Amino acid sequence: MNVHVLGSDVETRTLAIVGDLKGLEGPLLPILHEIQAEFGYVPQESLPVIARELNLSRAEVHGVVTFYHDYRDHPTGRHVLKLCRAEACQSMGGDALAERVKALLGIDFHQTTLDGAVTLEPVYCLGLCSCAPAAMLDGEVHGRVDAELARELVAEARR
Amino acid sequence: MPLVPEIDYGTPASRSEKMVTLTIDGNEITVPEGTSIMRASMEAGIQVPKLCATDMVDAFGSCRLCLVEIEGRNGTPASCTTPVAPGLVVHTQTGRLKDIRKGVMELYISDHPLDCLTCAANGDCELQDMAGAVGLRDVRYGYEGDNHVKARNNGEANARWMPKDESNPYFTYDPSKCIVCSRCVRACEEVQGTFALTIEGRGFDSRVSPGMHEHFLESECVSCGACVQACPTATLTEKSVIEIGQPEHSVVTTCAYCGVGCSFKAEMRGEELVRMVPWKDGQANRGHSCVKGRFAYGYSSHRERILNPMIREKISDPWREVTWEEAYAHVASEFRRIQYQYGRDSIGGITSSRCTNEETYLIQKLIRAGFGNNNVDTCARVCHSPTGYGLGQAFGTSAGTQNFDSVEHTDVVIVIGANPTDAHPVFGSRLKKRLRKGAKLIVIDPRRTELVSSPHIKASYHLPLKPGTNVAVVTALAHVIVTEGLCDEAFIRERCDWSEFEDWASFVAEPRHSPEETEAFTGVPAEALRGAARLFATGGNGSIYYGLGVTEHSQGSTTVMAIANLAMATGNIGRPGVGVNPLRGQNNVQGSCDMGSFPHELPGYRHISDDATRDIFEKLWGVKLNNEPGLRIPNMLDAAVEGTFKGIYIQGEDILQSDPDTKHVSAGLAAMECVVVQDLFLNETANYAHVFLPGSTFLEKDGTFTNAERRINRVRRVMTPKNGYADWEVTQNLAKAMGLDWTYTHPSEIMDEIAATTPSFALVSYDYLDKVGSVQWPCNEKNPFGSPIMHTNGFVRGKGKFIRTEYVATDEKTGPRFPLLLTTGRILSQYNVGAQTRRTDNVIWHEEDRLEIHPHDAENRGIREGDWVRLSSRAGDTTLRALITDRVAPGVVYTTFHHPTTQANVITTDFSDWATNCPEYKVTAVQISPSNGPSDWQVEYDELARRSRRIKGKLEAAE
Repeated sequence: MNVHVLGSDVETRTLAIVGDLKGLEGPLLPILHEIQAEFGYVPQESLPVIARELNLSRAEVHGVVTFYHDYRDHPTGRHVLKLCRAEACQSMGGDALAERVKALLGIDFHQTTLDGAVTLEPVYCLGLCSCAPAAMLDGEVHGRVDAELARELVAEARR
Repeated sequence: MPLVPEIDYGTPASRSEKMVTLTIDGNEITVPEGTSIMRASMEAGIQVPKLCATDMVDAFGSCRLCLVEIEGRNGTPASCTTPVAPGLVVHTQTGRLKDIRKGVMELYISDHPLDCLTCAANGDCELQDMAGAVGLRDVRYGYEGDNHVKARNNGEANARWMPKDESNPYFTYDPSKCIVCSRCVRACEEVQGTFALTIEGRGFDSRVSPGMHEHFLESECVSCGACVQACPTATLTEKSVIEIGQPEHSVVTTCAYCGVGCSFKAEMRGEELVRMVPWKDGQANRGHSCVKGRFAYGYSSHRERILNPMIREKISDPWREVTWEEAYAHVASEFRRIQYQYGRDSIGGITSSRCTNEETYLIQKLIRAGFGNNNVDTCARVCHSPTGYGLGQAFGTSAGTQNFDSVEHTDVVIVIGANPTDAHPVFGSRLKKRLRKGAKLIVIDPRRTELVSSPHIKASYHLPLKPGTNVAVVTALAHVIVTEGLCDEAFIRERCDWSEFEDWASFVAEPRHSPEETEAFTGVPAEALRGAARLFATGGNGSIYYGLGVTEHSQGSTTVMAIANLAMATGNIGRPGVGVNPLRGQNNVQGSCDMGSFPHELPGYRHISDDATRDIFEKLWGVKLNNEPGLRIPNMLDAAVEGTFKGIYIQGEDILQSDPDTKHVSAGLAAMECVVVQDLFLNETANYAHVFLPGSTFLEKDGTFTNAERRINRVRRVMTPKNGYADWEVTQNLAKAMGLDWTYTHPSEIMDEIAATTPSFALVSYDYLDKVGSVQWPCNEKNPFGSPIMHTNGFVRGKGKFIRTEYVATDEKTGPRFPLLLTTGRILSQYNVGAQTRRTDNVIWHEEDRLEIHPHDAENRGIREGDWVRLSSRAGDTTLRALITDRVAPGVVYTTFHHPTTQANVITTDFSDWATNCPEYKVTAVQISPSNGPSDWQVEYDELARRSRRIKGKLEAAE
């Protein structure tokens, strides 16, 4: 899933996804989510295909994709660890947690470990303010992330 | 002379008829419901500071500068997004508002370069104006922080900074000056309808992005200039303004490209044209433009323009520059000699649809009164002559029935044989705007044009007919409407001849006209055709727009009548939103027809055999007019080949490139003894000319153009003719040399003569046009304000006439030797034979004509993308490069005809419309084969053209 895919293959798989979801009201965001689930990121080559099929311009699709930080333009590591960087988590030691996780992984935000295991990303509010600081590993949320839990999460992601 | 003042009201006008009264800064003002507070203020003369609002696009509410306070309401709402309400009391300037505005401006300026003095927008910058308006004196945030302005911050590269994009030949995009007001993005979407721009990213990362973070040139941008016009800063700036500086005066004039006839402000510095900006009060274009009118005027100062008259004895000789007097004397004596030797009818002339009404009128006057015959024709012969004939028969006038504004009221549109987004781009944008608001579209075209499917546009039906089967398809539409009982009987009984209708209805109802029967040879699926017919008949206001894909066929006139039948049968004539609308090709093709350019018609479409009409002109001109129609262009060429037609005066038309069957045209021209060409450049026809008279551009003369909606627009001189004389002066001097006593001192006097002799122009004068801007003929006692919509109370001819339209297949048939059908068309960036646009930077978009071919046909012939292919018909062959696309159906190939080296008309045949001789450009049976170089004809022609353009014996000065 993490390897770059060939252009023609992107087109075929994009067309299949667009074909499935085109009938929805406001189909662009669901299509982009599905594309990201399919490829692990939103390949640039899929955008003109989506635009053509939805009667949109390339520019419009590009505008939407770049507006949402959640859509990635390149593949991630096998696991994605997101740390909440919003106000509530920051006030509960989020900065220290972030520094700790960066040190454990040896990477900065938006980077992937050399072995391709983990990508570290900031996120602005997971809606878990009452359990701050919060994190999300591969779509699963974790609250009250202390040093111990952070180490466990990193270890799990490393596996 | 100052700049033409234009007020920006900030938001578009409301269409509501209900009026609302409110108070703004103590002034009571009444405006239509739905008007924004910002617009209402401006109408009261109170300018609310603004940056993201402009009246070409809808309110957006992002700049937070136009805030106001409303008594009894909380907060400070944006005046652009807040509509008026009865009794509101609004304050636009309070202490609180001033503080907020100053704070907003501080934020803008903290991320904006401070290079005002050397900035191209200096003197025309709304950001600068607003900084002044809010009294900005310092920026508390400083300029050191995160920014998009500096390439390097403290020695390190600034990742937020982006270099200038200079890829477009006409304007630059400098992201460092962008305030992200989105005006460009919205102009591209709402005005032009291309959606080439977006805002990428969010927050401080937000940037204007053409396409997917591409350069403008590679993006979907069509270079219409709407974004440049909308930009309040120097972010998007014309390169000409960067080079020259700000204009000091401007003059309203009319574009000289297509039949839309857009009004422009020619913004000048002295006699130097700085830029052309579409005029918001222009009633054809409503402030919009396309790449040609907006930017492609560079041909007027191109180095290949000829500025001195030239003569040569034989066409194999090099040209010799002469004085104007010598040129006039030579032409006069040659024409007189030829007439003495070969008879009075042995010479003639061609008027130009590129020149003004006044100039056209003079040419036909010269021919009728000076030559003493009626051998006058015009390029409408090869484009819309079937429109003149067909609509004249059905309705009684030879012109479209609507104004362009009518499209805003239409519900179902049929576009047949036209590609407005390329050939009539500003109308195309206005149509798309209406389609985005919900009107339905039916496209009848062999190709999948942009209107069939493009961003936010999807035709309900695309009927991809086989070229040449228009009549069968339109008659089949009528068949469905008649047999399914969808006719508007009340309309027909009131407005049309009922017995003719019954006859026609029984004709179209015959089973052989049913879509199921016609499908076999039209290629249009019966079900789609039935759906389209039902939609058109029942979908509300139905309008039909058509172009040369209708007229340039052997049954062109029949199709025009079939279209008229369809409009009458569904009651779609005589009110806004409906009608039959020919999209005319040339800027003044309507005008040149109106002005009596046809051999059988005097100005105002009155037949030459009509004694009363002839009498008017005979009395005024003091000559006896011939009552027999003269020769049409093809007849002149035939007669030349036969040896009875020996001299011709051609103003502003390149018949060698534009007329069909090039070899026949060249043989005709070569057989003449005195060919006089008046043009800006040594065009292809001039290769066969003996006398060349330099022409002047639309920037160099006064006059009028009449556009496709019959609108008479003023053309105003903004610079001295580089060749010394406007074209009307040249014609007048030639007439004088031939012994005619003409004494016009200004084109307005010619218009006065037209008005005095032609009832449909009776009230037209330059004074009147200056007063009202423009007017649509008929403009006379009965219609003093002109006629935006025609046939509102019954048809001009009395009762609308239904005419049987029997489909007769063209003789141009495919067979084993020539199995494919070639059809031709145009592209956005180039205009017609390209004499002008090829001499501008527009070539960057289209540097050669390509042959569009379906992948299936290409594969069968072993042709790959970009390969040279030989295109042959029974008339001749040529070579060009292939473009493989499924926009064309299998069996159909397509090319443009903008480049003389391609010579697409070597291929086209001499078949023509049965009624008007309009050539059948749109259908030619061809074969395609791989090729490795130019055809023999191309090689020979190249050599001839090269030899023919040699100029020896230069004169020192122009005079």
